[in-house]
Parts: sequence; structure tokens; C-alpha cells
Amino acid sequence: MDPTILIGSITLFVMSIFLGFELITKVPATLHTPLMSGANAISGISIVGALLGANVAYEGGDTVVSGILAFVALVLAMINVVGGFAVTNRMLNMIAGKKRGGQ
Amino acid sequence: MIDDQWVGIGYLLSATLFIFGLKRLSHPRTAPRGNQLGAMGMLVAVLTTVLQMELGDGIEGWILIGSGLLLGGLIGWVMAVRVEMTGMPEMVALFNGFGGAASALVALSESWKYIEDDTLEIPTGLELEVMVVAAGLSALVGWMTLTGSLLAMLKLKGGIEIFGKWIRTPTWGPSWLNPVKGLLFISTLVLIYMSIQEPTETDYLFAIIGISCILGILLVLPIGGADMPVVVSLLNSLSGIAAAFTGFIISNSVLIVAGSLVGASGLILTFIMCKAMNRELIDVLFKAFGGSDKEQLTRTKIGSDADEVAMMVDGAQKVIIVPGYGMAVSQCQHQVKEFADLVSEKFDTEVKYAIHPVAGRMPGHMNVLLAEANVPYDQLIEMDEINPEMPEADIALIIGANDTCNPVARTDEGPLAGMPIIDADMARTVVIIKRSLSVGYAGVDNDLFYMDKTMMLFGDGKKMMNELNAAVKEL
Repeated sequence: MDPTILIGSITLFVMSIFLGFELITKVPATLHTPLMSGANAISGISIVGALLGANVAYEGGDTVVSGILAFVALVLAMINVVGGFAVTNRMLNMIAGKKRGGQ
Repeated sequence: MIDDQWVGIGYLLSATLFIFGLKRLSHPRTAPRGNQLGAMGMLVAVLTTVLQMELGDGIEGWILIGSGLLLGGLIGWVMAVRVEMTGMPEMVALFNGFGGAASALVALSESWKYIEDDTLEIPTGLELEVMVVAAGLSALVGWMTLTGSLLAMLKLKGGIEIFGKWIRTPTWGPSWLNPVKGLLFISTLVLIYMSIQEPTETDYLFAIIGISCILGILLVLPIGGADMPVVVSLLNSLSGIAAAFTGFIISNSVLIVAGSLVGASGLILTFIMCKAMNRELIDVLFKAFGGSDKEQLTRTKIGSDADEVAMMVDGAQKVIIVPGYGMAVSQCQHQVKEFADLVSEKFDTEVKYAIHPVAGRMPGHMNVLLAEANVPYDQLIEMDEINPEMPEADIALIIGANDTCNPVARTDEGPLAGMPIIDADMARTVVIIKRSLSVGYAGVDNDLFYMDKTMMLFGDGKKMMNELNAAVKEL
């Protein structure tokens, strides 16, 4: 592996961590749960890895177990992503939607 | 199918959408849009990935990927749509566990390729080191997130039913457990180091997975149910970190960016939540609750009835309603709203709601439920603003809340010490709807129940509110 690729990845990692720290400063208590749930749905991004893994395993032919593992990961990540965004949406509709109607 | 530079641009777009999504999720007005932006980012990431892949010569590639997406999407959607508002926190914990497991499984799948297929050339040098370390760390964090989240979910539920028998989720954590956790953590790091020497040794791999699972359980086991929101938030941060480590294994930029974004912002959210509860994160995680969790109940209190309470309400100018988990369990938010409407029409009584930041099982739990019952937003007052009004209130009506208005928190004894509370005991009369005198989540007796000015309505929230409403109508 070219060390510059690794350094690039580490740079991305460190910068994103700093960005993440700065991104959220003040959150009203009402939004704690929806924010947690929305961020949780984003952490389902490992779905990208699962997609690649499931496909490579299929192509390789001789890596059945890896393929199954990646497929299970794909299903779990998809539950995380779809369920996470849907649940967050439901919560926010109840909080924010009613609020707008009340004004 | 598409060129590498388009893949890079697709992932950049996706990461940008995540950043704006998270930013907007932290403001009430923009939050729904923020969630949509996040979902769009995810869609872009998935589409970019699928378009980039060589999906083989047969339809089987598409079928495999498509059925995985469909199956997971369907399960997730059904779970999200069907869950009751009271079950929301558990659901978030469960999804979070799935996310952590997915990251760990991708890492495992990558490592396993080299174990089961001899023809694949095992990488050497730096590439091997990066792969093994990232896979090890992803496994550690991912499996820990899975078992920790599952236990957190059970703790939020309060227990589990096995063969019709209700088993309460235990809380156990002597102080010697902390060094054990430390040792397990270090041994995982040693195992990862050893895996670099022998990357195809499956014993190391299984040992890392096993220890990580145990660590997740040991991390959550000593923590009481009241602190569970903080723990779920921390586990959410960890599942992001697991995704980022997985990104290192497959050199994928969007995994690294999105994962570390969630990891960092999740940690900040954890600190914000701790602050709202006046707790230190270190105390929550590593300081076991003192004392026994089964406090003996020696005092008694005579219950009142709905008619008696209705007469009290008749003379009241100001009623402050303090909802808690009991309201969520009995789903009586509509009856509560009906009560508020009744008394404000009939007796011209001012009604407000006192919202403790961690009432229920998750921050914002009460807001969600009351919003569902169409309670006007401006009547929901946060703790710090309502407390100065408490002494002017004729009645504080507590519905299924316990620890969040336990005066013992003002002293420095016991697990509740220092937690900010709703000053319900300052009101002229306190009415408490509760099924029994039993202790709350923190396992501490509540002096509020036994005060002379307190009237207890023993019973289920919905039943008692219905009786109370009927009694008010009759007056």
C-alpha cells in the first residue's frame, strides 16, 4: 500500500472528527432523541462496505462465508438506515409538525 | 460501471449532505429537513456504490444485492412504522446495535476472505498492518456496540419475558469490575497485535469477537435505567467510530467521513445530555450505584379518590402537570389533555406542563407524547423555567413520575444526589397518580409521597385520569 493513501485516510479521519466536534454545540432537550436517532441512521453508512463485500464475494466464487457475512451485514445496515431515518422522521413530525400547527 | 472520479464526487456529495443534515438536526425549525438531507446523503452513497460495482455477468449479482436491500429496508420500515411512541427509545438502541454489528461483520467478511480462499494473496507490510489493526478495532467497537445496545434496550424495557416469566434486567457492578474491563480491553489490543504476525489465525479472531461482546455487556451492566439515554448516545457514537474503522479496511472515504462525523458529534451529544442531567460521563460509566437496590418499604400512605381531587381542582387557579414514564406506559396523554381543557374551561384554571429533560426513558419523550395529544407547545415549560413558578401553583399533578421530582436529589445522599428535579413539593397541594408506592428507576424511596399535602391516586394512569375527568365533569 502506498503510504500516502493511508496518510490521506488518516487526514480525512482526523478532520472529520474535528468537524463533528464543532458541528453540534447547543441542542434543545426536545431534539436530543431525534438527533441521536438521525446520527445513528447515518452511522449505517457501513452499508456501502457491505454492498461491496457482498458483491466481491459473489464474483470470487470461492469465498462463500465472506459473502454470507457481508449479506447479513447488508441486511442489518439497511434495517439501521431505513428504520433510523423513518423513526426520526416520525418523531420530528410529532414535535415540529404540531408546533407549527399551534402557532 | 462508472469511473473512479465520479465515485469520489458521489461520496463527496453524500458526505456534504450528511454534514448539513446533522447541522440542521440540532435546530427545532430545520430538524425535519436535516433528517431528509441525511437520508438523501445515504441514498447518494448507496447509488454511487451500486453503480460503481461490476455486478457480474448474471442476474444473481443483482438479485443478491437487491434482495438484501429489500429485505433490510422492509424490516426496518415495518419496525419504524409499527413501534409505539413509548417504545421509541428501545427501537433507537436496537437499530444502533444493528449498525455496530454491520460494521463489524463487514470487517470480519474482509478478513475471512483470506482465511477461506488460499488463492488470494495475503497483503504484506503496511497494507497488512492497516488491515489487521482496522479490522481488529472495528470488531472491538462494533461487537461491543451490538451487545451493549441490546442490553441497553432490555434495560429500557425494564426486563424480558422468557416462557411467560418476567425477568427484570439486572444492574450489577462492583468496583472491582472496572479493572477487569481495563484488562479485557488491553488483551484485545494484544490480540490485534498478535494477529499482525499470524493474520489467518482464526483463534485470535474469535477471541477478539468474544471479548468485545463481553466488554459491551460489562460496560452497560452496572448502569442504572435512568442513565440509559446517555449510554445509548455513547453507543451511537461508538457505532460511528466502528464504521470509520471499517472505512480504513476497504479504503473508502465516505465510510471514514460519515463514521467519524457521527462518532464525534455523538460524543458531543452525550456530553450535552450528561449536562442536562447534571451528571459526569465518567461517573455514569464507571461509578456503580451504592447501596442495595431493594429498598424496604416501611411507610404507608392512605390513597385518595378522584372526587376528592376534583374538589381540590375546583378551587385551584393554577395547576402544573408533571408527566413521567407512567403517562407514557398507560398512553394517557389524551386524557391528560382532556383534563387540562376541562379545568381551564370550567374553572378558568391556568394549566401548564413541567417537562423534566429526562422524564420518561429518553430526553424529549414527554414532548413527543403531549404533542401527539395536540397540547399547545407554549404550555410545555422546561424544568428551569417552571421551577420558580412552582410555589404559586395550587396543585402539582404528577402523572407517573417519580425520580424526576424526588426531593432527596437536593441532598447529597444516594444515587439521585445532585440531579436537577422538578420542585413539585413546593406546590400547595401535590396530587400523584401512581400504581403503588414502589421506588422508581433509581431504586430510591420518595419522601414526596408521604408529605401531608400529598394526595395519592393509586392506579393506572389512564384509568385514574378517566375517573378524574368524570369527577370534574360532575361537579
